[in-house]
Amino acid sequence: MFWQRKELVCQEMVELITDYLEGALSRSQRRRFEAHLAACEHCTEYLHQMRATIRLTGSLRAEDLTPAMREEFTELYQRWRAEQD
Amino acid sequence: MRLGLSPATALPLRKLRATPVVDEDELLVARLRAGDEQAFVELVARHHTAMVRIACSFVSSTAVAEEVAQDTWLGVLRGIDGFAGRSSFRTWLLRILVNRARSTGVREHRSVAVGDAVPAVDRSRFDASGAWASPPQHWVEDSEARLLAEGLADQIQAALGELPARQREVVVLRDVDGLSGPEVCDVLEISEANQRVLLHRGRSHLRQALESELGGL
Repeated sequence: MFWQRKELVCQEMVELITDYLEGALSRSQRRRFEAHLAACEHCTEYLHQMRATIRLTGSLRAEDLTPAMREEFTELYQRWRAEQD
Repeated sequence: MRLGLSPATALPLRKLRATPVVDEDELLVARLRAGDEQAFVELVARHHTAMVRIACSFVSSTAVAEEVAQDTWLGVLRGIDGFAGRSSFRTWLLRILVNRARSTGVREHRSVAVGDAVPAVDRSRFDASGAWASPPQHWVEDSEARLLAEGLADQIQAALGELPARQREVVVLRDVDGLSGPEVCDVLEISEANQRVLLHRGRSHLRQALESELGGL
């Protein structure tokens, strides 16, 4: 319709994607974003990849404390207690 | 649960945090206050590695980050009676950490707010109208298997290491450690808009790194 702003292009889509995922787009921006998605397989793939990126980054997990570190922090606690008394 | 009692709509957004992590922490904090040494070690076990990882964004070496984290735990022991529970324990803890890491102050360039405005995807991959000329390569389906088989985790770590410090801080807190957007704003003392920009640039870089690794672009 003539009063609507022009459609989003792919290059704009990739810059709006985080605001989309964060729920930070206005209702009309969101509508335009989703209208483009519905018609563009590449941007749909891109969204799919951003979600996968978040998931993969979230799979990085640090190791648990080693027994030696547990020992070290137990000592830290005991030193602190000793200071209190 | 503390926050469940009030209607969500009556609370400012940044008060909304209710994850299982927080509940377990609250139990441990209560035990720590009662003088339970094991509760302290459990709290350390839950948070220490994340703290060192976060502190690494602020200081020059893992050794210094480790010191900052240890120093933070001492601060926790000294300050736990003053912890009022207005924020989650984790937010309180990470704020102490970030303040100490900043005052350790090795990095001078940290005042740059959001870094350079690098496009999420290189301009050369779009045509003159802004449509994809070189569309995203398909790689998501392979990534889970590759994560296990070929050390994709190391590639992600390396890509995180390439990010400007502030982007890395936000991405690590959000996507590795699972903090909410409002929590990250609290911990790093940045605006929600800034947080989103940093997150966007960081995640876009990681996606590109994964595409390069897995999709051949």
